[in-house]
Amino acid sequence: MSSRETRNFGAPIRRNEDRKLLTGKALFVDDLEIPGMLYAALLRSSVAHGELISVDVSAALAREGVVAAYTAHDLGDFWQPGPLLVPPPPIEGVIFNLRTHACLAKDKVRYVGEPLAIVIAESRYIAEDALADIAVEIEQLPAVVDLEAALKPGAALVHDDLRSNVSAHVRQKNGDYAAAAAKAAHIIKRRFAYEHGISSPMETRGVVAQWDERAGQLTVWDTTQAPVFLRNGLAAVFGLSERQVRVVAPFVGGGFGPKIMMFYPEELLVPWASTRLNRPIKWIEDRLEHFVATTHERGQIHDAQIALDAEGRILGVKDVFLHDTGAYDPYGLTVPINSQCTLLGPYVIPAYDSTFTAVFTTLPIVTPYRGAGRQHGVFVIERLLDIAAHELKIDPAEIRRRNLIPPDAFPYDNKIIYQDFAPLSYDSGNYEPILNKALDAIGYAGFKDEQKKALSEGKHLGIAIANYVEGTGIGPYEGARVQVQANGRVSVATGIGTQGQGHFTVFAQIVADQVGCLVTDVDVVTGDTDRFHWGAGTFASRGAVVAGNAVNEAALVVRQKILKLAADHFECAEEDLELGNGEVQIVGVPGRSVRLSELAMKANPMRGAVKPGTEPGLESTQYFGPPGGATASGVHAMIIEVDPELLTLEIKKYVVVHDCGTVINPLILAGQIHGGVAQGIGNAFYEKLLFDDAGQLLNASLADYLLPTSLDVPRMQLEHTVTPSPLNPLGIKGAGEAGAIPVGPLFAQAIEDALGLKAKGIELLEIPLSPGRLWQLITQAG
Amino acid sequence: MTDSHTIAVTVNGVRTEKSVEPRLLLSDFIRHELMLAGTHVGCEHGVCGACTILFDGFPTRSCLMFAVQADGHEIATVEGLSKGETLHPLQQAMHDSHGLQCGYCTPGILMTMSAFLDSNPSPDEHAVREALSGNLCRCTGYQHIVDAVLLAAERMRT
Amino acid sequence: MKPAPFKYVIARTLDEALAAKAEYGDEARFLAGGQSLVPTMNFRMAMPAVLIDINPLTELSGIKANGVTRIGAMTRYRMLEADAGIGERLRIIHEALPHIAHPQIRNRGTLGGNLSHADPASEMPAIMLALNATLYLRSAKAARQIAARDFFVGALETVIAPDEMLTEIVVPHLPANSGACFMEVARRQGDFAIAGIAAIVTRGADGTCTRARLTYCGVAQTPFYADDAAQSLIGGPVTPAAIKQAAALAMEALDPPGNSHADPSYQRHVAGVLTRRALATAWART
Repeated sequence: MSSRETRNFGAPIRRNEDRKLLTGKALFVDDLEIPGMLYAALLRSSVAHGELISVDVSAALAREGVVAAYTAHDLGDFWQPGPLLVPPPPIEGVIFNLRTHACLAKDKVRYVGEPLAIVIAESRYIAEDALADIAVEIEQLPAVVDLEAALKPGAALVHDDLRSNVSAHVRQKNGDYAAAAAKAAHIIKRRFAYEHGISSPMETRGVVAQWDERAGQLTVWDTTQAPVFLRNGLAAVFGLSERQVRVVAPFVGGGFGPKIMMFYPEELLVPWASTRLNRPIKWIEDRLEHFVATTHERGQIHDAQIALDAEGRILGVKDVFLHDTGAYDPYGLTVPINSQCTLLGPYVIPAYDSTFTAVFTTLPIVTPYRGAGRQHGVFVIERLLDIAAHELKIDPAEIRRRNLIPPDAFPYDNKIIYQDFAPLSYDSGNYEPILNKALDAIGYAGFKDEQKKALSEGKHLGIAIANYVEGTGIGPYEGARVQVQANGRVSVATGIGTQGQGHFTVFAQIVADQVGCLVTDVDVVTGDTDRFHWGAGTFASRGAVVAGNAVNEAALVVRQKILKLAADHFECAEEDLELGNGEVQIVGVPGRSVRLSELAMKANPMRGAVKPGTEPGLESTQYFGPPGGATASGVHAMIIEVDPELLTLEIKKYVVVHDCGTVINPLILAGQIHGGVAQGIGNAFYEKLLFDDAGQLLNASLADYLLPTSLDVPRMQLEHTVTPSPLNPLGIKGAGEAGAIPVGPLFAQAIEDALGLKAKGIELLEIPLSPGRLWQLITQAG
Repeated sequence: MTDSHTIAVTVNGVRTEKSVEPRLLLSDFIRHELMLAGTHVGCEHGVCGACTILFDGFPTRSCLMFAVQADGHEIATVEGLSKGETLHPLQQAMHDSHGLQCGYCTPGILMTMSAFLDSNPSPDEHAVREALSGNLCRCTGYQHIVDAVLLAAERMRT
Repeated sequence: MKPAPFKYVIARTLDEALAAKAEYGDEARFLAGGQSLVPTMNFRMAMPAVLIDINPLTELSGIKANGVTRIGAMTRYRMLEADAGIGERLRIIHEALPHIAHPQIRNRGTLGGNLSHADPASEMPAIMLALNATLYLRSAKAARQIAARDFFVGALETVIAPDEMLTEIVVPHLPANSGACFMEVARRQGDFAIAGIAAIVTRGADGTCTRARLTYCGVAQTPFYADDAAQSLIGGPVTPAAIKQAAALAMEALDPPGNSHADPSYQRHVAGVLTRRALATAWART
């Protein structure tokens, strides 16, 4: 590009979407007001496990203002177990017992919160009144809550047709762990328990459905992260053509993973009821429902061992773990596969033997939530290395450095299969500079002195450092259509959904550079299946990577069309032209320029002929599918002060050094990382789902389930290194989940350091932690 | 069965009369009766702060009041914050500092923190964080919001 | 999460409010700030048939000082926060206020509503107990006064009769050379306390402690008054050893119920640590 063209790519551009959001004019699902609209509420099971004897809605139907009430038996043939969203990867010997949920329980309930009936009324208030009118008879069965107990003979069966509560069993290995262990100088074995929580976006889920009988058109506004998938799914179950179904994901108030699950029962029930009643229907999940009706991520138990040589080099890792998949497993194996793969981290691990068993429990369904199982794996390897460092008397940073994959080893094949069915191969990376930067930024070299000095003043400081890699930007593909409009503005449409990632700006930056216009002149549409028909969705840190590259490809073609048309217009060579300021100009000839708007009109003429083999308009639709995921990496470092009596803590310093390849917008990237770290802090020290033995969630409110506030999340210092991905033309890697991934081990390590726990023989092998839990661990140790 | 009460409320400077059922939450009244959907609802139990409005000038959770209680009172919502096309300095600073991502918590934060700035023209970072602590944000990690409030304070002082 | 239907009665005067309460009794709840009541109604844990809105009762709102400090039941937290006189005479109230939820809640929540709600994890009941406040109750027929110490009978339970309202809180001022301190541990600032303590001590002319009060929130079914621990301080100087002994006595007396963030043993431990710290600070302030 010539110097006249402004480069937006890489610049901290302010967001196009902000103005609507700042002035209260952005449309969220609950903002829709349609004349004649009815309101839905769902009756949910209050017991975790039981035979469903009867659900009687007759009293509800008699209530004034109630229009309809349905149970599973009213659904007829529409009642079907839902689809499998992600099939298991082609791993040899994989066992996978697919059991998906239906939209209303029929014979059995399997978790507290499972829908039993839906009421449609003139207001949500009345619909909630009517829920109390419904008579439910359930013959209670023992709840299945504990993962180990669930696998014991005689345990109650979540799915009676299976002989056990095994949802899946997968073993992946590389090399020979037994041989590695045989020659090891040190073997460290530990049991780890890691629980992730709920995504809890500030906007809960919601569905508005409108069946237009005369047009034969079903429109569904949904808080989904994957509108095209949902459209296709709805068309299939309603026996409609894909063109008869429009799914719109308007502004969505955060997603973080669970909003991609499909089908949520309400996503079927609300449209179904709309077709029955021929009225628009709104269902908005309330916060209480969100705690059980939206998917969780939850826990794993790992029995892991690491074999090391005398210098602390890893010879092998063996891990056997249990994964809680909840009552059903519609999302396949994504979460535990991510745990299995991400455990390997940025380290050379010559022998790896990992086996997991996914376990059915009578708890809400588990699907990916920001990090998607990666946290669990990272916790295991980082904690193993900390313990190894202590036992081998090697500095924790040094033991990590010794095991990093060297920069000349890329692409680095881990020889196991990743969640996208491709071999787990790291495309590019350069890990040591990241570690060095993080150590510098946190002041690692001088910390021991600082710590000693602080201790003499009665202050207990602790430091921690943790590595991670993240497979991002996986396939299959995304597409985009870019069009220069006759008014000079450029429209971009893509099939992914947006929940705050800044797609309206980063895609505009990409396009603005290619066609030579202002970022603010680019209008991006995401999440409307009538605007773009194809796509997969926003998940796995892939929006910018996959859709971004599709946008770039389409914009590149439009750029070529602009140049060709302008060259015809000026009767000059394309090389003599430059794009910028919304116009095409002949290089070095001021005044000889043509606006993009004028070219757009010329490209769609009223008279004359469009030449054979050409298309009208300055428009292109292109697709991009990466051959494999792009591997981002990073290091987090933290200094905390712990109150040695109360065991409360304060984060004094937090550093993130991150490599996500080429950066499109550093401001938006920073926001993604800040938000990820905040959720990581919540996971590590605040958020714990408390279930009792009966499978009841005891802290289902935002007063009791603790999301971090502005006083709990510290100021973060961010630094970057850039190792472009060779797998896409823009060289970008995903960044959405990275911030959240390594925070757990950081807390464990820092607290141990601050309180000198290792010297007392106390190890922190679980997440989440809390002052109350630390008290238990410390007092139990005596 | 429902008794209804006629209330007169001044919202963003405009007086409105409506008939409401006693149990109608003020948040629902603002959103679905007055059609001012910029005020968002995140929890309906007074924790998340998304529904914060100004009630007689004070930041208040609109999910913890009934519409009927607003009779004779003044309400300000996010829709009234900008002056025509000109954003409030805090709105502008939120844009400039990238203080919002999904934007769902943003209206509540704007109402809380614009009132805070009115009475605290020169806050330090801790004071900002303390004032912000009743508004949950799940996207930003708060850092850019804090930056935005400090930036707005600086601009409003000069 | 929408509340169940209820009848709404707006009270323009105290007499109207009390007459309505006399009429509806247990069926009715007063709607003060509503910051505890409305969430429970949204959860449908509370479904009162009648709400008597007492927000118009400006006569119940305000702070007056004349030898004692008289606080109207409808005085909102924000008014307490803004009151310089409270800051001077009853600084411990100001010390506790930032721990009560968040600014938006304090803009609306009232002292009387909070005390009537009687959440044992809440701060103000413990503060009023420590300050030896007297609570004024009114019904359509009668008026009575009751010491804070006799007011709280259980979790969310007080001595208020179905036809009564808490109208005023009268707080005696501390003797000269008194020091007070409030401390709390909660998971996040603004959350209900894992344990909180209000410590008030008075230093006599001879340098010994002449008066001591230690009360706690979050650790029992009601705000907890550690009588023995307080008494143990009287008659001697408040030395580290005396503080340690008082903390031990307080911990011995406590039987915390535990909650989702803290088991009973951690709660007791926190209460002990805070007792030591708050007493040391309070004594230093005498």
